[in-house]
Amino acid sequence: MSDEVILQVKDLKTYFTVDEGVVKAVDGVSFDLRRGETLGIVGESGSGKSVTNLSVINLIPTPPGKIAGGQVLFHGKDIFAMSSGEIREIRGNKISMIFQDPMTSLNPFLRISTQMVETIVLHQGLSSEEAKKKAIEMLKLAGIPAPEKRIDQYPHQFSGGMRQRVMIAMALSCNPEILIADEPTSALDVTIQAQILELMQELTHRLGTAVILITHSLGVVAGMCDTICVMYAGRIVERGRTEAIFETPRHPYTMGLIRSVPRLDQEAKGRLYSIPGQPPNVIDLPDCCPFYPRCEKAMDICKKKYPPVVSFDNDQSASCWLYTKEARNV
Amino acid sequence: MSDHKVLLDVRGLKMHFPIRTGFFSKAKNFIYAVDGVDFQVRKGETLGLVGESGCGKSTTARAIAQLYKPTAGEVYLDKLDLTKASGQELLAARKNMQMVFQDPYASLNPRMTAGDIIAEPIRIFKKSGLMEASKDEIDDRVEQLMEKVGLSRFFKNRYPHEFSGGQRQRIGIARALALNPELILCDEPVSALDVSIQSQILNLFKDLQDEFGLTYLFIAHDLSVIKYVSTRVAVMYLGLIVEIADAKDLYKKPLHPYTEALLSAAPIPDPKIEAKRQRIILTGDVPSPDKQRPGCNFYDRCPKHMDICKRARPSLKEAEPRHQVSCFLYHKPE
Repeated sequence: MSDEVILQVKDLKTYFTVDEGVVKAVDGVSFDLRRGETLGIVGESGSGKSVTNLSVINLIPTPPGKIAGGQVLFHGKDIFAMSSGEIREIRGNKISMIFQDPMTSLNPFLRISTQMVETIVLHQGLSSEEAKKKAIEMLKLAGIPAPEKRIDQYPHQFSGGMRQRVMIAMALSCNPEILIADEPTSALDVTIQAQILELMQELTHRLGTAVILITHSLGVVAGMCDTICVMYAGRIVERGRTEAIFETPRHPYTMGLIRSVPRLDQEAKGRLYSIPGQPPNVIDLPDCCPFYPRCEKAMDICKKKYPPVVSFDNDQSASCWLYTKEARNV
Repeated sequence: MSDHKVLLDVRGLKMHFPIRTGFFSKAKNFIYAVDGVDFQVRKGETLGLVGESGCGKSTTARAIAQLYKPTAGEVYLDKLDLTKASGQELLAARKNMQMVFQDPYASLNPRMTAGDIIAEPIRIFKKSGLMEASKDEIDDRVEQLMEKVGLSRFFKNRYPHEFSGGQRQRIGIARALALNPELILCDEPVSALDVSIQSQILNLFKDLQDEFGLTYLFIAHDLSVIKYVSTRVAVMYLGLIVEIADAKDLYKKPLHPYTEALLSAAPIPDPKIEAKRQRIILTGDVPSPDKQRPGCNFYDRCPKHMDICKRARPSLKEAEPRHQVSCFLYHKPE
């Protein structure tokens, strides 16, 4: 990991207009991604993880969606200000993606070779024979046995784990600078998950690719990521280095999340900790801390205003009134 | 726990599904989803059933509940063999055995209110003359059940789509409790839920067990969830139980190479531990259960396989007290 920031997300806001009102799916998210870094975005369903990353590559369906504000700077250039041609140059080439369900992201009517060669020819200007050679090489790297034969098969002839390997091979075939992996292993079994995570880690380290890993599993981020952002109701509530987040979580939501997972390495004793209540509906959220109805440490001010970002040593920061002057004065 | 009576006794349970190639053609091949499973569940305990998708966990639960007619084997619930029971006997037995399903979106009828869903088992029993209950009694019971599972009774007239996933799972649990069963078969009841909701539901299962002395057969693919809820754990692979032991023994000292690999593959939410862990990464995928193998089902992926494993099938035998394993590493072939 170097210090060069390749992607900057600044105060990103993505809203969806629905019959009931405006869904603020992402409401002011900022983060930096450095070359070679693996950044984890953790949160529960509906917290805005996936929408954040679809916004980064400008893939939000409009309407109903809309980028309501903010910037995404890739090497200093704003993605939202680019023409669709310029974005196509980047998408799938410099920034590529892997989605949760490999069956729906591969075209079932086309052979793997057709799908992979298309991308490589388009982005790297190789001839189709060269592209096929490159595709076979990538499949081999991704651990697919007999890639020369398998490349001419259709997606349904692959198992779930194998399809995800194909997706990884495809995503990395253009040597992207950033790989966005949206729940890449959530549909897979534990033993296959371990294979795929190891593969991703090994390949991205070797190729120097930065990764944004979106997941709901704290176990997966703990093993894979350098830094973590925790999202709740469309905002990042806490960020920091992985060890710091797990050792000294600052935001009550992060603390609760870590404590409520049953642990394999600890004796099961008594009741599990659980965060009471439900995640909020993100339609027309009031301008207060969205976590306060479920928070053990809620104070009066939490109901009135959204908390500011408080920074701690070792690069950690959290959005919580607990650590502000206002709280100390109360 | 060992002195408690055996509530559920499963013997040689097999469930083979025919694969038909045409509408009139005779089935030539089978999916051997469950291929000879034996276990007992004692009153008041939780037996965790863990394994990867396609290993036959859910089929086992459904074959026990007689939602599928098992191909072979016996299922004794309190001395009654369910596989041979008549329709009326089976209905009466279901009072003692209820199910909670994985998907809280698919397992509740969208056209019924929460109150009706919870009352339905009671109404069915009333209709078939197995139970007497007045309309008011049913209403009271429904309200009481809703409060027990942490739902306000004012939600009685709402429809499933008005509830969140966690609340729907609570409705499913209330429905399972409606007849005061002794045994609840839980088929992945928390895997569709978010982390913070999952811990709420797990606690609810524990509280209800303490209060009503319930017995659970608890199916999950998440090893840490199984560890938290279970007194004993059975690990399944490709239609067979490969290891069964008290939860603490199984997690402390897994004997079967598959259990070892499963435990080492499961991520632990602690970066320090993750950095130091040595993983056993299994090669390949779970094979398809469409043929019966002469040897051990795990042979192809097993890091410790021997020659004998290809030729003979190990059987589930005690390797240590109360710790059964099906592997030739621990007992010689007969």
